[in-house]
Amino acid sequence: MNADYLELSDVRVSFDGFLAVDGVSMTVLQGDLRFLIGPNGAGKTTLVDAITGLAPATGSVRFGRTELLGRKVHRIARLGIGRTFQTASVFEELTVLQNLDIAAGAGRGPLTLLRARSAVPDAVAEALETVGLSARRDEKAGVLAHGQKQWLEIGMLLVQNSRVLLLDEPVAGMSGEEREQTGELLRRVGAERTVVVVEHDMDFMRTFADSVTVLHAGKVLSEGTVAQVQADEGVQEVYLGEAATRKALAAVAEQEGE
Amino acid sequence: MSAIPARLKGNTGVLLGFVVGALALLVLAPAVLSDFRLSLLGRFVCYAIVAVGIGLAWGRGGMLTLGQGVFFGLGAYVMAMHMKLDDAGPGGVPDFMQLYGSGEVPGWWEPFRSPVVTLVSVIAIPALVALVLGTAIFRRRVRGAYFAILSQALAAAFAILLIGQQATIGGTNGLNGFRSFFGFNLFDPVNKRMLFYLAAVTLLVVLLIVWQLYRSRYGELLVAVRDQEERVRFLGYDPATVKTVAYVLAAAMAGVAGALFVPIVGIISPANVGVVPSIAFLIGVAIGGRTTLFGPALGAIAVAWAQTTFSESFPSFWTYFQGALFVFVVAFLPGGLASVGGLLRRRKAIEPAPVVAKEGAPA
Repeated sequence: MNADYLELSDVRVSFDGFLAVDGVSMTVLQGDLRFLIGPNGAGKTTLVDAITGLAPATGSVRFGRTELLGRKVHRIARLGIGRTFQTASVFEELTVLQNLDIAAGAGRGPLTLLRARSAVPDAVAEALETVGLSARRDEKAGVLAHGQKQWLEIGMLLVQNSRVLLLDEPVAGMSGEEREQTGELLRRVGAERTVVVVEHDMDFMRTFADSVTVLHAGKVLSEGTVAQVQADEGVQEVYLGEAATRKALAAVAEQEGE
Repeated sequence: MSAIPARLKGNTGVLLGFVVGALALLVLAPAVLSDFRLSLLGRFVCYAIVAVGIGLAWGRGGMLTLGQGVFFGLGAYVMAMHMKLDDAGPGGVPDFMQLYGSGEVPGWWEPFRSPVVTLVSVIAIPALVALVLGTAIFRRRVRGAYFAILSQALAAAFAILLIGQQATIGGTNGLNGFRSFFGFNLFDPVNKRMLFYLAAVTLLVVLLIVWQLYRSRYGELLVAVRDQEERVRFLGYDPATVKTVAYVLAAAMAGVAGALFVPIVGIISPANVGVVPSIAFLIGVAIGGRTTLFGPALGAIAVAWAQTTFSESFPSFWTYFQGALFVFVVAFLPGGLASVGGLLRRRKAIEPAPVVAKEGAPA
């Protein structure tokens, strides 16, 4: 089987003349758990939006031989590009099972759609098992804990048969244990898929990333293994600068708290 | 484990609802109501059929359609045209055309001499119009309040268009003075009863169709589109298509309701299809519970019934009461009266909880 890959070359996204993504080129291979990091406003989410057809972009985004730019959102999704969102966006009024069943059904014909679901599709049962939500199958997605919603979203990508998973801050707001579980889950599902994780959490990145791309002001600042990226002076500057700001802010907050 | 009994239980409730509804409409109502009251109920049943469609489009699909009068009117006028031509006899000219028009039947009236064309058109014309409108509107991602305003503007435009056509479609007077319905004399009380049964059975059939839709995968998908339209797009669906299907079905239901309204009430005019009746359709749905299966139909019948009863005794009072009721439901019961049961059950479930907690706590 040929390995999949996602290849971006010179991708640009501009909002009213402001270049949010300014000529990004990168290649992500199947089985390579790629983290996309960078300070706020670096263009990480915008880049994901560009790949999935939400933000109009120029340049080229190819999945294997298929050009993705210029296609409609739902067509790109059908080509096997799946994504999650910073704030988990599951269908809260529907059960976990219904959420997954909908995600699995983009290719269903009208007759199947007009019938009630008679059994749990195999892919759905498998995904329930993989993301550890089998026991909560018939509960409404709205009552799930934050971490579980993110897992449900990942499960939806799995049943959707996505070859490329673009995850936007999957562990934001999770407890340490949940982060650990999410990381393991990503490793498991990432072996056969092309995975890009947008993340702010540096510890999480260090533990699970195979490779890292650092974005800053819409451009690729550095790319390589975790060690290579951490040794990069430009990266240190950007992050130290931000760390200093954050420390200052924390100090102010502490003072105000007292 | 618990899923299967729950599903069975859910179905038993719905089936019981259908049995009660069928008994009430087909046995009880004809037995206790006078011919006049039964005919009134027949009119309310027509409103209920529109309401079921609105429940589908608005309650499940999130499309606040303030313009169902357009589709109701299309179905009604098609039926009315057929009945006028039928009354005039083969090759005849409807009475009002001789008064206001050239005394000749316009070409676009001619197809409706055929009963088959009429019956097909009653469903097909509203459905087609909704398909074109829905495709255009939903592909451009018009939704929420913008969709509501647009649909209301359509109802206003439709009524104005009709008022302007005095010579060909009766203008403000509309079409009225029908004598027969597919050969049945409309002055015969037996035939009037049959019309009521026809409307009642149609309502039950429409409810069955919608029930199947709600249980189906499409029904789940429609709710998903209502709550997270963008998310559905990333799953590989085109939400515009999903919404258009519900919109077209709702339009077809309104068209059928309009076609039944004409023989039952004996008139269709712009006053029955414009902005005000379009909003009136909605009030019953909101009060009954827009996301439920039976809520919209029950709400529509109840509101129309109350309107007739109260306006008989307090003609000017009803409008205020209706407005107040609408405000009350929107503000305090967004799920409609159908949600009262659920709220009570939840309250009951919450009350005993502290007791259990206290008993469990010492351990």
